[in-house]
Amino acid sequence: MTLYTSRVVVPRRRSQAWKRTGGNILYAVGLPFVLLVLWGIWATVSPEKFFPGPLVIAEAFVDTWIGPAFFVDVLPSLGRLALGIILSVAIGVIAGTLIGLTRWLRELLEPLLEFFRAIPPPVLIPIVMLLMGITDAMKVAVIVFGAVWPVLLNTIDGVRATDSVMTETARSFALSRGERLRYLVLPSASPRIMAGVRQTMSVALILMVISEMFASSSGLGYRIVYFQRNYLIAEMWSGIVLLGLICILLAAIFSIVEKRVLRWYHGIKEVERA
Amino acid sequence: MPDTLLRVEHLKKVYESSTGNVEAIGDISFQMQPGELVCIVGPSGCGKTTLLKCIAGLLRPTQGTVELDGKKVTTPPPNMALVFQEYGRSLYPWLTVRGNVELPLRHKKLSRDERDRLIDDALTAVGLDHAAKSYPWQLSGGMQQRVAIARAVAYQPEVLIMDEPFAAVDAQTRADLEDLVRRLHLDRGMSILFVTHDIDESVYLGERVIVLSKSPTWVQEDLAIDLARERDQITTRALPRFTELRTHVYEQIQRAKRGEAVRPAA
Repeated sequence: MTLYTSRVVVPRRRSQAWKRTGGNILYAVGLPFVLLVLWGIWATVSPEKFFPGPLVIAEAFVDTWIGPAFFVDVLPSLGRLALGIILSVAIGVIAGTLIGLTRWLRELLEPLLEFFRAIPPPVLIPIVMLLMGITDAMKVAVIVFGAVWPVLLNTIDGVRATDSVMTETARSFALSRGERLRYLVLPSASPRIMAGVRQTMSVALILMVISEMFASSSGLGYRIVYFQRNYLIAEMWSGIVLLGLICILLAAIFSIVEKRVLRWYHGIKEVERA
Repeated sequence: MPDTLLRVEHLKKVYESSTGNVEAIGDISFQMQPGELVCIVGPSGCGKTTLLKCIAGLLRPTQGTVELDGKKVTTPPPNMALVFQEYGRSLYPWLTVRGNVELPLRHKKLSRDERDRLIDDALTAVGLDHAAKSYPWQLSGGMQQRVAIARAVAYQPEVLIMDEPFAAVDAQTRADLEDLVRRLHLDRGMSILFVTHDIDESVYLGERVIVLSKSPTWVQEDLAIDLARERDQITTRALPRFTELRTHVYEQIQRAKRGEAVRPAA
């Protein structure tokens, strides 16, 4: 009887699963598609100089970005962004762990950190520009200065919140300092750290664009402002579309990494929900 | 007569707080020989966990000493392993069952083969060799506590300390785990110090039962359990002697709760 039911049920389940993924994709793509069509119709019915239709922008996208501009503007931007994110995460995790584990350091630094975090990072661009000149290093510095805070503060909190029984377990088995860090403190803080990394990434993207808009001769932000000043409206919009696509790409990479790093965490959540 | 394995002498612990000092442990002294299984029972709130933490070197006693193998315990000694009541917070959820058992062995100077052998042996001893690749949160409560026991067994301690390890599992699992502890003790000659609030459990498991008074705590009675070494959940618990001992311990605990027992002048 059981065998019989399972035989009947299994293929149906599989097709349901397919239906569900199909449905999910339809839901995800459906609304953007409808909006695109509406926008296209609207743009042909009443053409506006500053709001070109999607086809015009798509054409401008291909003409502008696929070719040498990719190497001149997009790659340097992405390079600075990547470097900025990597440095922010590295500095944030290392400094955060140190501060989180050292009581006097934490009490000393906490008010200061809150102050620096409260400064809107773009206002530092003029100062950093004066100090470092209009260089790649200056742009990376601006990105790091603004984007390091979420990771740093979350790491401090996460490291501090290590469970007392887990810590006692580590002590009772006489784990060394390095082992405790590697197998207890960092993994137990990792959900918080990853939440910080997610915020860091979006702040870094914003700062990348802004730093390039201020003072630059290359990069996505520079190019978008350039198009705007020269009334190349469709090209300008295509740059914005490209930024959106980069954002989605970043989110996808993050989600893959997060799923791997926090597999245990999501597993527990799933067990708790069941 | 073998040397004393564990010696607790005039242990006293006072917690200092802003609202005043709390004397958790008054004066506890007892000894434990190698290969013994000693149970500690006491009324709730009598400072059992405080006592264990002092013995394990996790807490510094206010007065008195703990000696393991003739060496004074000030930090967690390497030849002692702990099993906590809160298995869910004692196992690391980001490590597999095998990873958890392996963790304390990492800094022991062992060859890869030797380490693997210890892990496999410990997992087999607790009946979890099939679950090595699972994560702790995928297992039931009883199985998680088995992992914690396997971790302690693989560590090869001279004394295993268990702090109310089965308080959070259901009754059937609990009986299985009690038999597991008895078997580890009999087959491997492990010295076990077992803290519990369950009177039946203490009599069923122990060869000696130490009854603690209420806080500030002292040793109210040190009772030898003269039951056969081989014990069985059904037959042992049905023995008249078991009932006698159980009743005796129960009365002692009741006296302890009411504070009737008088502390002998030291």
